[in-house]
Amino acid sequence: MTSPVRVKTLRINDLDVSAREDETVLEIARENGIWIPSLCEIEGLSALSACRLCLVEVKGSPRLHPACVLKVEEGMEVFTNSERVAKYRRMILELMFSERNHICSVCVSNGHCDLQALAQMLDMTHVEMPYRNPALSVDASHQRFILDHNRCILCQRCVRVCDEIEGAHTWDLMGRGINARVIIDLAEPWGASQTCTGCGKCVQVCPTGALSEKGVSSGEMIKKRQFLPYLTTMREARR
Amino acid sequence: MGGYSALLRVLEEMRPMEVIEQMARSGLRGRGGAGFPTGLKWSTVAKAVHPKKYVVCNADEGDPGAFMDRSVLESDPRRVLEGMAIGAYAVGADEGYIYVRAEYPLAVKRLRIAIAQAERMGLLGKNIGGTRFSFHVDLRLGGGAFVCGEETALLASIEGKRGAPRPRPPFPAESGLYECPTIINNVETFANVPPIMRKGGDWYARIGTAKSKGTKVFALAGCVNNTGLIEVPMGITLREIIMEIGGGIPGGRQFKAVQTGGPSGGCIPAEHLDMPVDYQSLTQLGSIMGSGGMIVMDESSCMVDVAKYFMEFCMSESCGKCAPCRVGTAQIYEMLCRITNGTGTPDDLKLLEELCDLVRTTSLCGLGQNAPNPVLSTLRYFRHEYLTHIEVQACPAQVCKLHSAAEVTV
Amino acid sequence: MKIDFEMIAPPSNDKRWRVVQMTMRQHGNQPNALIETLHSVQESFGYLDKESLRYVAAVLRVPQSRVYGVATFYHFFTLQPQGLHICLLCTGTACYIKGAPNLVADVEKLTGVALGKTTPDGQVSLMTARCLGSCGLAPAGVFDGTVVGNLSAPTVHARVEEWLSHDA
Ligand SMILES: Cc1cc2nc3c(=O)[nH]c(=O)nc-3n(C[C@H](O)[C@H](O)[C@H](O)COP(=O)(O)O)c2cc1C
Ligand code: FES
Repeated sequence: MTSPVRVKTLRINDLDVSAREDETVLEIARENGIWIPSLCEIEGLSALSACRLCLVEVKGSPRLHPACVLKVEEGMEVFTNSERVAKYRRMILELMFSERNHICSVCVSNGHCDLQALAQMLDMTHVEMPYRNPALSVDASHQRFILDHNRCILCQRCVRVCDEIEGAHTWDLMGRGINARVIIDLAEPWGASQTCTGCGKCVQVCPTGALSEKGVSSGEMIKKRQFLPYLTTMREARR
Repeated sequence: MGGYSALLRVLEEMRPMEVIEQMARSGLRGRGGAGFPTGLKWSTVAKAVHPKKYVVCNADEGDPGAFMDRSVLESDPRRVLEGMAIGAYAVGADEGYIYVRAEYPLAVKRLRIAIAQAERMGLLGKNIGGTRFSFHVDLRLGGGAFVCGEETALLASIEGKRGAPRPRPPFPAESGLYECPTIINNVETFANVPPIMRKGGDWYARIGTAKSKGTKVFALAGCVNNTGLIEVPMGITLREIIMEIGGGIPGGRQFKAVQTGGPSGGCIPAEHLDMPVDYQSLTQLGSIMGSGGMIVMDESSCMVDVAKYFMEFCMSESCGKCAPCRVGTAQIYEMLCRITNGTGTPDDLKLLEELCDLVRTTSLCGLGQNAPNPVLSTLRYFRHEYLTHIEVQACPAQVCKLHSAAEVTV
Repeated sequence: MKIDFEMIAPPSNDKRWRVVQMTMRQHGNQPNALIETLHSVQESFGYLDKESLRYVAAVLRVPQSRVYGVATFYHFFTLQPQGLHICLLCTGTACYIKGAPNLVADVEKLTGVALGKTTPDGQVSLMTARCLGSCGLAPAGVFDGTVVGNLSAPTVHARVEEWLSHDA
């Protein structure tokens, strides 16, 4: 049974676009070549709306709206790049850099990091607030992978890919607030996990150097993410 | 004994739409903090086409310094159950939950007894009062997490998950508990329903001010002679509450500020004591009505220290999901620590304001969106206290230990 | 093959597990009973250890990481055994304004342990709560389950001192 999909027309910046009624502003913007920064969002996984980098302005609304979960509406006027949102996005990035220990020059993901790339694209040149420098651990107990909490920005891509695609739910978050951490099983060493299948999907979707493969030197961890759109389209087709 | 008479009358004489109509007329606004019109919420759920609907009572009362809900739950749990049942009838729900904080063991006990009694008398459960209407209520205990008072986090918690809020829309009225349309209201909101049904919406609407109807219960505490719960009409002034009902400040000391709305609210100084207490005025003053906590402070309180206290609270109660709230509250707290230990700089104030603006504007849920309020309101009315800490390294109220390393505890 | 989750054996044959099993059964052994079940474990055993978390995860069919995530999200749950006596001080707004920070500092000094910790001899745990709803009696605390209002440093001192000297 297929009900006809209705089409909505809206305006993003100066462009008139039409979208399927179930699309988000982020999706339709992308289809039309309009870039909206995003970090926790990744195509193929459910939206979390946690990084808040995709916030956009909507005419007639005083609030900002996360484009990754904002459904299109008829006659909507969206502004993706006002000075106001640009400033907030830069500050959110600064917060992320200040939270843990992101030392790009020695990071395996240097040059291939989503966080670093966003900082460049959004002209975040320096971090105005003090670095918090928490003491965090590295888990190298797994044969092939490393978890470095120093680089984790809690986007939960690993949590979602493991749950939604691999079906293992090995990852989750423990604690709360500034003390939240990603964990494996009952916060146990990765190498000892009985539920991890070793598929490595979490490593590939991780935006930073928090999850990486063993044996790569700094700047050499290039993530391979083609599997995610591939798997989701194949699954949709099978339904 | 008068228990449940409103419910029985409603079931006998009113159609669901008529209940909602009376609620709309009463002008009752939710007492959980946001002040959303209850009739409107109910009518959204009533209109939703769905085989399953829920009614949830928010009895989390996480605001430190508020204990109105606790007193209602302990003294008159039946009124809350009755209000929930009337709500369920109005929207077509057959199942409900009361989410109550585990810190209130007596309230939990009284609620359990009240539910069992009502079930025995056929006033809850199957075929209430011999009609075709059925409504089952169960309790869920919280676990000491302020953020679980936020409605989407509360629903996640009832489902047995971490209490992390999710973006709205969809609102719980459209997609709530187990993705079913759900009305979620505060304890006091439900407790107001039976009298409205008995005496009519118009009766209720006559009490209070034009936009804030009825009475409101406040928990008066802190540096006042008479502490405790008071029920007053909306529109009464702060001065009447604090100086007359509260009996003024003990020990001949000077009134300095009154904090309303808890960690989401602000501090109101002496010059605004004659403001009427209603949703609009309090918001205009940079505070909120909140759930009704009212903490009076005298000259022995340092306002920067108070702001730091609330920010520490928000930081440790943040769920950690969204970046601005998780990191922003920690950065703001650490900045307030620097100011109160004497190592703050004049530039800090500017960055402090920018960070507050960021956290308020970009956070996912109400916790982050309101967390900066105590800082912003003290900056607005007591900026000189911040400046004294920064410029001459002194605390006017002699609360902060400046230049002592013990204060830097992060 | 279908696994009968009720047949999963509890970590020990301690009778208290029956209470936990009953809680789970009341909720049909469904995943949404997780928090209620953790409350029941903590009430029965005083804290949540990894063995019990693994057991609850298996019966309710909830991923272990999620069980741990929930157990560490809610401050009410503790993964460490508590002391014989519990001194809980309220740090809600009213109590804070009325001097709770001084009481906390004082009792920390007396016991030599920080908030949230237990003395090495296992006698006393120090805890705080965010408002007991007893704001009218600020500053307030709970000593082994009894709420006491209008606290002062000497009264707190006297109560805790008594517990401390009873060790041996
Ligand atoms: C951080 C946060 C904490 C909240 N805590 C409570 C609470 O303890 N009790 C409550 O009734 N509402 C609380 N709320 C408001 C609820 O989200 C919701 O608006 C309310 O339960 C709706 O009921 P009402 O319409 O009857 O007010 C809180 C909101 C936020 C953002
Ligand atoms: S991409 Fe929308 S909040 Fe992260």
